[in-house]
Amino acid sequence: MIDLSVNIAGVEFKNPVMEGSGTFGSGMEYGEFVDLNRLGAVVTKGVANVPWPGNPTPRVCEVYGGMLNAIGLQNPGIDTFIERDLKFLQDYDTKVIVNVCGKTVEDYLEVVERLGNEAVDMLEINVSCPNVKEGAIAFGQKADALYNITKEIKDRAKQPVIMKLSPNVTDITEMAKAAEAAGADAISLINTITAMKIDINKRTFALANKTGGLSGPAIKPVAVRMVYQAAGAVKIPVIGMGGISNAEDALEFIMAGASAVAVGAMNFHDPYTTIKVIDGIKEFMEKNKVSSIRELIGCVK
Amino acid sequence: MGKIKESAQVISQEMIAGEIYSMWIRTDIAKEAIPGQFISVYTKSEARLLPRPVSICEIERDSLRIVYRIAGSGTKEFSGLTAGDYIDILGPLGNGFPITDEDSILIGGGIGIPPMLELAKQIKGNKTIVAGYRNSDIFLNKELEKYGRLVVATDDGSVGTKGNVIDAIREQKVCGKVIYACGPIPMLRGVKAYALETGIEAFISMEERMACGVGACLGCVCKSTGIDDHSKVKNKRICKDGPVFRASEVEL
Repeated sequence: MIDLSVNIAGVEFKNPVMEGSGTFGSGMEYGEFVDLNRLGAVVTKGVANVPWPGNPTPRVCEVYGGMLNAIGLQNPGIDTFIERDLKFLQDYDTKVIVNVCGKTVEDYLEVVERLGNEAVDMLEINVSCPNVKEGAIAFGQKADALYNITKEIKDRAKQPVIMKLSPNVTDITEMAKAAEAAGADAISLINTITAMKIDINKRTFALANKTGGLSGPAIKPVAVRMVYQAAGAVKIPVIGMGGISNAEDALEFIMAGASAVAVGAMNFHDPYTTIKVIDGIKEFMEKNKVSSIRELIGCVK
Repeated sequence: MGKIKESAQVISQEMIAGEIYSMWIRTDIAKEAIPGQFISVYTKSEARLLPRPVSICEIERDSLRIVYRIAGSGTKEFSGLTAGDYIDILGPLGNGFPITDEDSILIGGGIGIPPMLELAKQIKGNKTIVAGYRNSDIFLNKELEKYGRLVVATDDGSVGTKGNVIDAIREQKVCGKVIYACGPIPMLRGVKAYALETGIEAFISMEERMACGVGACLGCVCKSTGIDDHSKVKNKRICKDGPVFRASEVEL
């Protein structure tokens, strides 16, 4: 019997595979391809206290081995999100992790409090989106700012809190430690890497926002390194992500110290990626006679 | 059945104009596809992560025809496929054109012309098809002629009316009760203005850089005139809520 279950901050996940916030909506669209009941969790797209219009288009472009996005956290706001998206997810036997974004600390707190009595298993706090001018990454690039917002959120949150960290920092261990010291229950990383593409024919930026976040297979080695460093620096669980396209990639993150993993941009290339990753991990464990996934977490020191 | 991703077999492929290719593929997506919808087409290389959205040109019982322009390395790869090869596709995507029995004007500009072929086949009323090209390197004209009156505009005046599709409509006295249009944004702006001026209802098909193609990532939005019911802001998803919108619904 292969045991794929993992426990993160008291929440029991049937397997360690989820999808990366922003690549999957709230699961409605990909539910046409994937049985959401099979996922360890659905991580929703970031939601704020009020609707956000996001950035001008073009918002996405392809680069070698990945893509850039500058969606700018377009979201319908917490009211619609609760009525529509959370209601939709209630019918599925999977954990629900809500990604929370804001421009000010108060924005974050409002969303966190609104979710307090909802059917939400964990909160993932987005302090690492590189594509919005106010808030978001401003809280995620300085250890003291990260510490402060984490502490305020932890004081109000009823669900366990995951702080989603940015790779656009000098020392990821410092950020991981700040989140842990402020009481975060877990950390997730990496968000996208700030990047740029120039359209040489139009002599302008490929994205209207000029810069965007790089994701996809191109960032995987950077992400594995950062997950390894962060996992070594803190005792709280780490959720690893960044360019995962198959079970082998996911296992790299797990062996580097991630208790769970998320599939992001690869959903766009193959909507069945999450399921293939779950099946592939199981196959690897059978072949290598590993009875519990927990034996593999952080096994590479 | 809904949307599916599958490996489709190439039935045939030919170049029909400079850098414009026509490919027939065998696929179950054909069973549910309607005019104005599109498919996501994947390259063989995982280094090219994102699918290419390509409009559906013709629909047969178990096959689809796509007509596309080589725009980069991905579409270049597609153009090299021959009968018997396989290509990964996902679809059918988007809403498609609402079919009416009214007398209609079908307007296509450049690589926006292909979806007009299947639409012309399925619309029952009188129809005029207005096709805009850059120059005399025109395509699909013979096939379009089979389904209605064809009016051509070229930028350089080498064929038909010299000018754009609206110039051709005015010069050749095209009329109808409903407009369907697909093409570049400047053309769609002209169509929207013409529809407003004449009071004709217009359905326009929009285009934008896409990632997921299914409405999840919010990459390919356009500006809507009112607050959209799904987004709760003035944005509509081209891949999911469109690509076809009433001209009055969107800002161009």
